[in-house]
Amino acid sequence: MSAINESVTNMIQRQRANAQEAPKPTDERVRKISPWRVLLDRPELGSIAGTILVFVFFAFTAGDSGMFALDGVINWAKVAAYLGILAVGACLLMIAGEFDLSIGSMIGFAGVVVAIPPMYLGWPLWASVIAAFVVCMALGALNGYLVIRTKLPSFIVTLAFMFILRGLTLVLSTTFANSTIVSGVGSKFDEAPFVHALFSGTTLHGFFAFLSAHGVIESFPNGEPVVGGIPKVLLWWIALAVVAGFVLARTRFGNWIYTVGGDANAAKNVGVPVRRVKISLFVLTAFCACLFGVLQVAEFGSAASDRGLQKEFEAIIAVVIGGTLLTGGFGSVIGACFGAIIFGVVQIGISYTNIDSDWYRVFLGGMLLVAVLFNHYIRSRAASTK
Amino acid sequence: MADDYILELDDVSKFFGTVIALQGVTLRLKRGEVHCLLGDNGAGKSTLIKTLAGVHQPSSGDYRVEGESVKFKSPREALDRGIATVYQDLALVPLMSVARNFFAGREPRRRLFGVINVLDMKYANETARDKLAEMGIHVRDAGQPVGTMSGGERQCLAIARAIHFGAKVLILDEPTAALGVKQSCNVLKLIHKARERGISVIFITHNVHHAYPIADSFTLLNRGQSMGTFSKADITKEEVLDMMAGGTEIQSLVDELEGRAA
Ligand SMILES: Nc1ncnc2c1ncn2[C@@H]1O[C@H](COP(=O)(O)OP(=O)(O)OP(=O)(O)O)[C@@H](O)[C@H]1O
Ligand SMILES: [Mg+2]
Repeated sequence: MSAINESVTNMIQRQRANAQEAPKPTDERVRKISPWRVLLDRPELGSIAGTILVFVFFAFTAGDSGMFALDGVINWAKVAAYLGILAVGACLLMIAGEFDLSIGSMIGFAGVVVAIPPMYLGWPLWASVIAAFVVCMALGALNGYLVIRTKLPSFIVTLAFMFILRGLTLVLSTTFANSTIVSGVGSKFDEAPFVHALFSGTTLHGFFAFLSAHGVIESFPNGEPVVGGIPKVLLWWIALAVVAGFVLARTRFGNWIYTVGGDANAAKNVGVPVRRVKISLFVLTAFCACLFGVLQVAEFGSAASDRGLQKEFEAIIAVVIGGTLLTGGFGSVIGACFGAIIFGVVQIGISYTNIDSDWYRVFLGGMLLVAVLFNHYIRSRAASTK
Repeated sequence: MADDYILELDDVSKFFGTVIALQGVTLRLKRGEVHCLLGDNGAGKSTLIKTLAGVHQPSSGDYRVEGESVKFKSPREALDRGIATVYQDLALVPLMSVARNFFAGREPRRRLFGVINVLDMKYANETARDKLAEMGIHVRDAGQPVGTMSGGERQCLAIARAIHFGAKVLILDEPTAALGVKQSCNVLKLIHKARERGISVIFITHNVHHAYPIADSFTLLNRGQSMGTFSKADITKEEVLDMMAGGTEIQSLVDELEGRAA
């Protein structure tokens, strides 16, 4: 025991004697890590591999069905984009260590909040759209506040809101529209140029017309291109993903997200505002859900009380396939986006093959299982000494 | 003169419901000294330093920083006063890189295109690597996850971080508990380096052999009460050992074993 004592005393004395002369040993224990290993440490690897896998699969089973023609691509890209919008929010929230199971219900709720006031209360559409975003984001903040205040798992708190919001949606639509569907909103979108520009239909028409005129893309017999433009939902998804990915990887707030999810107690002890980070991410997921709802109302021209059913699970699946850990602290936005692409490709792709489309859920469930096992393996490797 | 003390606890008690974790403890930390807190398991050492660090608020009594009475509501406020704490759990996130951990909560930023505030990862990586190298830890890559570091390396990372952010007071909870002989020495060296920079250090250990060579003074806690503060000049290692609950028992165990061997 006193050996330690002496060696410390010695060491300190030696230190005092030659404080300047600092030896700079090179580390003999540096080992070259193979590029493969480095790649394995990226969270999105699994989902990229998975994406390639499903592409290859459908190239063989549906390669000549038109699935990979421009209109086919737009079809599944749109499905991916809708889910991708949700997944971006859910991804950041999950990295911060929380879930939100209420986002599916919030899609339906946002829809009726957008549709009912212009149809039954004489509001202008823009006002009801703003109201929907404000109400949803406030609900997100409430979710977050309750989770933090009660210290209950977000699972249980947001499960409550999943039911509350679904119920409210039903009550609102039957009260006002006397039906579970609020229809006729499409014309309101056509009359509101600003809202229309943000959420309805497609864009870049000129470009697509130009491409079809030059035979780059196919045209209908009447000369119209088969795809008139890029759906707005795709642009929203890309914009959200780019911003969220940037914030996560490059900014201080992003570092806070990782810290909070990695170890909330450690985050608090180093001075990260844990509550603020979590609540703002609950608000973000609510924003994403509302955006989904508004885009869908704009596309269908109606709101319905069963919109967004089970979307919260699909979003979580996409995020987990994307390599984000359910327990938080690790993950990427790009991964979640690839997870959403896998969803879109499988869901739409199956109808192009002669496989019964009922298999779609089986397939995705299987993907989820594989992804979770894969992530678990990666994590146990990352946490252990290499 | 009150100004000689950087931290003072005056007759502080802390209760958790019915549990009396601290009872009328008075502790004074001089500027630039290394102060060692000794005591049995459950004596209240962690509670004491969590009170200093702003994690707990005293149930009664006065806490003064540089002579000024304070009531910290969060560790953040203590940090802002230059009181940095390295907890038993180190407050590191294993899945995050060394550099990101080093700067967690105090990220260096630069402007991208003159407008957007982004992390300055280059600076973070270089600084984290250099500061660790100063502590004798040579990380291969500041981008590697902390989960890949050894316990001693993590301890040093946590201490290096506290020192880098201009701590005036460094509080360490059992910094040598989980470490081997060589790494314990390393940490004790770090404490010594911190003192050379004029930082006051207060640290917990169960190991008198770790405490005695480096500490300037000792406070002994027993079942939530202070048994007094002693400066090194006034007390021998054996006396410290004796005063610690269990010290006498160890001695009699040694005697017994040696007696039997002889
Ligand atoms: N948050 C808390 N709630 C209730 N009781 C607590 C709490 N924190 C500490 N205690 C109690 O206070 C007493 C002192 O605990 P403390 O952690 O300060 O001991 P310690 O001296 O650090 O022990 P060790 O050497 O094992 O780390 C213990 O009896 C403990 O059970
Ligand atoms: Mg303790």
